[in-house]
Amino acid sequence: MKPQRLIKSGHPPSRVASRRLALRAALASAGTLSLAGCDRLSNSEGFVDVLKSAQHLSRAAHGLVAGRKAMAQEFDRADVAAHFRGNGTLMPADADYRALLQGGFKDWKLEVGGLVETPRAFTLAELRAMPSRTQITRHDCVEGWSSIGQWKGVPLAHLLAQVKPLGNAKFVVFRCADSMDGPSLDGRDSRYYESVDLDEAYHAQTILAYELNDAPLPVTNGAPLRARIERQLGYKHAKYLMKLELVENFSSIRDGQGGYWEDNGYEWYAGI
Amino acid sequence: MKPSTTSPPQRFYRHRLPVRVMHWINVVCLTVLLMSGLGIFNAHPALYWGRQSTFDQPAVLIGSVPGPSGPVGVTRIGGHQFTTDGVLGNSRVGDAQTPTQRAFPAWATLPGPQSLATARHWHFFFAWLFVINGIAYVAHAIVSGHLTRDLLPTRAEWRRIGVSIKDHLLFRHPTGDAAKRYNVLQNSAYLVVIFGLLPLVIVAGLAMSPRLDAVFPGWVDALGGRQSARTLHFLAATGLLLFVLVHLFEVAINGAWNQIRSMLTGWYTLPADKKEERS
Repeated sequence: MKPQRLIKSGHPPSRVASRRLALRAALASAGTLSLAGCDRLSNSEGFVDVLKSAQHLSRAAHGLVAGRKAMAQEFDRADVAAHFRGNGTLMPADADYRALLQGGFKDWKLEVGGLVETPRAFTLAELRAMPSRTQITRHDCVEGWSSIGQWKGVPLAHLLAQVKPLGNAKFVVFRCADSMDGPSLDGRDSRYYESVDLDEAYHAQTILAYELNDAPLPVTNGAPLRARIERQLGYKHAKYLMKLELVENFSSIRDGQGGYWEDNGYEWYAGI
Repeated sequence: MKPSTTSPPQRFYRHRLPVRVMHWINVVCLTVLLMSGLGIFNAHPALYWGRQSTFDQPAVLIGSVPGPSGPVGVTRIGGHQFTTDGVLGNSRVGDAQTPTQRAFPAWATLPGPQSLATARHWHFFFAWLFVINGIAYVAHAIVSGHLTRDLLPTRAEWRRIGVSIKDHLLFRHPTGDAAKRYNVLQNSAYLVVIFGLLPLVIVAGLAMSPRLDAVFPGWVDALGGRQSARTLHFLAATGLLLFVLVHLFEVAINGAWNQIRSMLTGWYTLPADKKEERS
């Protein structure tokens, strides 16, 4: 049957074969070139910026279909994971944090400052005495896994009402205790930080949690206080909170991208 | 039997310009999405079923186990473990002498060297392009009549599905006027992809976005929960990859150049009818 097919196509076998080979070679080299090209493009800052621009489109589209007050799904007690996975820093090596931990966080205070009328600092006892919200939510890590846990904490909106943000405040920056690249080897600050806009900050489910599954927040999950930003990925949920700072923009903070992982290439908008 | 005695090859305008343009946009998008998707998967190379991750009982896990001379790549599906060293779990990156522990190999991921952040940038940019292109395609298919004229098989064609299956198994391909129409198996494959796999891969992808979960709290449970959605996204993508492989195989064995040219210029040379040849 084979020779017949070749004759039917009107070309002597050799020409067909060589054309086929040439085509295959062309496709193969195009493939290799484009793959090598893709890796080169991945290292080009300008090109990656173009790719990253899609996050603005995603954020705008998300805002349209899930408004700024839309609520994340909440679950039942039966859904709570037996062990809530910890990720990132699991035990800060920083000496100042270790001292606070040894003292049972009695000397720990959450500073709230920046563009606010009345900067203040709150002890853990003060935060626990404030109105609280308890929610069972799913934590989605950028890596792909999910864990469900029950969080109790003070709504960030309540805290902000105490300090009265100024009109030009646009973002809340979370400052953390844990150095990501080891405790300042070269004096460079690598402590974790994050930021959210005011829509997210005032969202009903945005709380500063001091309890996980009815127990004080474990060190692996950010003791004594962590942020819960339920409609965004895990890296937004800053742990080991030390200070909240209201700012107009975050371009002058560290590498200017609004967070530790953002400075390392991840999207600032983590709703996807 | 001699080429000179057959009638001149009949040419047929098969693919219109919008379809051709959208086809090649699809090629680029699907390639980038599949490869960057594998790069994203590598950040947590396990799949689960349900609302959350059951870390000690993954449905699928690609990893490595210690061997006599370093790690050995393995893939676990349910309770079964397969050695997949060199490809899955443990493979060489580029010209490196020693292998790296990574789920999918560097030649299958975008970017090649592991970078979750960069893989996500590629994925979400091209996802937008892919979805816009897909919507444009479906709209064009409906408005232009491509859907009813070319994609939906007629009742008579459905009835001859047995013949079509047999022809495919024997690698017998339509000639003459019959080659102007998609055959019923081809139609079915296209319809399953366009109205089955593609909507599933998109919806399951959207279900992984924590913000989109808030559109209607609980809608993700319709897919079995967020981790099920991630698994379905992966399975649907695997289905699309299988479609592409079969599609490329069919192109390769059915006069590859004629097929590729028809998707570039629109013009397809009809394979001469066997009856004419015999006369």
